[in-house]
Amino acid sequence: MNFSALKIFKKNENILTIIIILMILVMSLISPSFFSLENTFDILRGATFIGICSIGFLFVLITNGIDISFTATATVVQFLMASLLLSDKNIPIAVILLGPIVVGGLLGALNGVLINWLKVPAIIITIATLNAYYGGIQFISGGNQLYGFPKWFTSFPRKLVLKVLNDDGVTIGLSSVTVIWILVCIIGFVILRYTMLGRKIYAVGGNTIAADRQGINVNRTRIFVHAFLGLVAGVAAIIHAMLTQTAAPNALIGKEFDVLTAVVLGGASISGGAGSIRGTVLGVLFVAILKNGLTVMAVPTFWHQIFIGLIMVASVATTATRTRLDKKKAGGVDFEEA
Amino acid sequence: MPTKNIIEMKNINKLYPGIQALNGVDFIIRRGEAHCLVGQNGSGKSTLIKILSGVEKPEPDSKIIIDGELCNHLNSKISMEKGIQVIYQDLSLFPNLTVAENIAFGSNREKHSKFVNWKNMDKIARKALDEIGVNIQLHKKVEELSIAQQQLVEIAKALTVELKLLILDEPTASLTKREVNSLFRVISRLKEKGISILFVSHKLNEVFEVAEQVTILRDGLKIGVYSPKELDHDKLVYFMTNTREDKNHPKPLEDDADVILNVKNLTKARNYKDISFELKKGEILGITGLLGSGRTELALSLFGMNPPDSGEIIFEKQEVKWRSNREAISAGIGYVPEDRMNHGLIMDQPIIDNITITTLLSYVNKAGLLEDGKRLEMLNEMKEELKIRMSLPEAAVKTLSGGNQQKIVLAKWLKVNPKILILDEPTIGIDVIAKNSIHTLIKVLANLGMSIIMISSEIQEVQTNCHRILIMRDGKILCEFKPDELTEDELLEKYNLS
Repeated sequence: MNFSALKIFKKNENILTIIIILMILVMSLISPSFFSLENTFDILRGATFIGICSIGFLFVLITNGIDISFTATATVVQFLMASLLLSDKNIPIAVILLGPIVVGGLLGALNGVLINWLKVPAIIITIATLNAYYGGIQFISGGNQLYGFPKWFTSFPRKLVLKVLNDDGVTIGLSSVTVIWILVCIIGFVILRYTMLGRKIYAVGGNTIAADRQGINVNRTRIFVHAFLGLVAGVAAIIHAMLTQTAAPNALIGKEFDVLTAVVLGGASISGGAGSIRGTVLGVLFVAILKNGLTVMAVPTFWHQIFIGLIMVASVATTATRTRLDKKKAGGVDFEEA
Repeated sequence: MPTKNIIEMKNINKLYPGIQALNGVDFIIRRGEAHCLVGQNGSGKSTLIKILSGVEKPEPDSKIIIDGELCNHLNSKISMEKGIQVIYQDLSLFPNLTVAENIAFGSNREKHSKFVNWKNMDKIARKALDEIGVNIQLHKKVEELSIAQQQLVEIAKALTVELKLLILDEPTASLTKREVNSLFRVISRLKEKGISILFVSHKLNEVFEVAEQVTILRDGLKIGVYSPKELDHDKLVYFMTNTREDKNHPKPLEDDADVILNVKNLTKARNYKDISFELKKGEILGITGLLGSGRTELALSLFGMNPPDSGEIIFEKQEVKWRSNREAISAGIGYVPEDRMNHGLIMDQPIIDNITITTLLSYVNKAGLLEDGKRLEMLNEMKEELKIRMSLPEAAVKTLSGGNQQKIVLAKWLKVNPKILILDEPTIGIDVIAKNSIHTLIKVLANLGMSIIMISSEIQEVQTNCHRILIMRDGKILCEFKPDELTEDELLEKYNLS
């Protein structure tokens, strides 16, 4: 087989793009209601929570870390924000929204600090904090939901950018929350690509020992990525509350694995050092489109999970095979003629 | 006015709990020279390098002068600022980043800029690679490069900051002969620029090729400084170890020794082609050739792990078609892989678990459970026999020196008592004494009737220790000869192995 002709398949992102296009084609043929602007906007709005969290999760994964506690962090942020929102004292809107997000960042940073300090695998630390945060919320909330948020809050997702009229004469458009997702993506992209901090994140994930020898503060980089994940999880949590109009102690449980799936499908390596914003967005879109399409086609939910599971295995397998092939081809030294 | 000596270390002492690692060592490196530091494991050479690079502090009465300036409070940051760069054996590159980014990383950080300048990065990297006369694609990821290329990237990286002394720790351990030559060309280019090189090596022939001066350490003491002209291989080994090298050729084979293995026209696509040879009982057969000549692939096929496409393997007069190494092992084949860290040992696990892993079933009691007493017995027996230097049986294998690690690998196969033992680069990266004892052991085993296939890139190693030698290139056997028929130089010349 001629590998150079298949160069387009060398990048995870390109394969994913092609698969997404194929998937859209197939689903549109089966179900005409799938391929519409309205459904597209719906998908983009619905995927915001996963989409925003996955950017933060990507940062952690690139450093060869892991953090599954961010949904619990998000739940804490959501509750805090909801309590402030429902309080009868006159709290400025900026405090109601930004205060809890900062708390999310601090809770995330705590993970990083604990991992550095105790030198225990991140998965163990974040399972522990996940349980602690969820337990705390259960205790404080007594298991009850908070709802009855003011109109300015719940109507925010219906503020539209790029408005169009659909066939029935209803205004549809890109939700403001999707715009926030896009902003988070841009911020993430700039950090990873154009700042020294971003390059340090890749460096730490690629070879921690080398990073240390080069004088990179590995611990600080680690704290940053966990704090960043906590921060964006906080933003996502507030958007989630806007969309569902409630804050429930168990609404986000399990979503950490949806995020993990999307990021890994997007080509980020679980062993660190690799991953991109573009791939992550594609991963999120892939999962969102698949779920939406299957729902439109009235396929039962458990099939969604089976599909996603199988696709993940296939994706990881192709990445692993390609890496092996690449390693085999690594060549000798090429010298200039003296 | 630049001083003649770039480094002057005087009366360097270093005490570790229980050991005097360095004992009043004076060490001088001149400007623009290649200096070689040799010594066995534990001779203090790594400690000396660590002191020079600021990782370890010497005892207070020691004196370090770098480029004419007294630096008694060296730390790794100051050492780097003074222009000392170390290239470690395990390299300090980021495999997931491009060549350009790896090279320019340090100099980018030096500017304390918060943002990345991608264009400038390419310029810095291109300039550094040009300086050493190497052409590597800037936008390739480092993980896609060979080890030799990675090393050159690391050297280029050292050039992006002010460089006065480049310390190379065992730089040739995993390079082919040709790649070593390329590395030496780079080293002489650096010398022309007035950069001094400190070269730490186990490979003695390289010492002679590259160095203008050689400092020898033994047990924390400086034995002396010599020019390579004053030394020869035997002298150097003697200074390093205080013993003579085992240069005995194996005992000649009996004329009527049985053929134990007969390989006929063995072929595997893209691995090797049309391989035929015989192996007699008690014979040591050397296979040499460049990396990538197909020798390891052939060895794996004989060990049942890389089934050939066609051809025959006749073992003890019967044709065999092993489909897994389990079948080969039970028939009596042992294999010591080249990459002992990844394939030969489980580095994080205890010595006792590693050494008994091939023979686990022989330590079970009637209830079918492992008996630690029996396992310890085996370990002690092997420790005695192979002179393994180790602390506790429970210590992780990675805490041992390279030579002792290799002895553990050998020990676990000896216990199985195979009829044929295949050794792939058995002495790579280990010091002279350990090497010596492994060579002696191989000859003893052959004398006891074990047949041995020894794969090695070191022609001298197969020359002294084998009955017969095969040379492989591009998957084919080029020729077969007896050690006394050709000298090493004739061989290199004739078959263009360098």
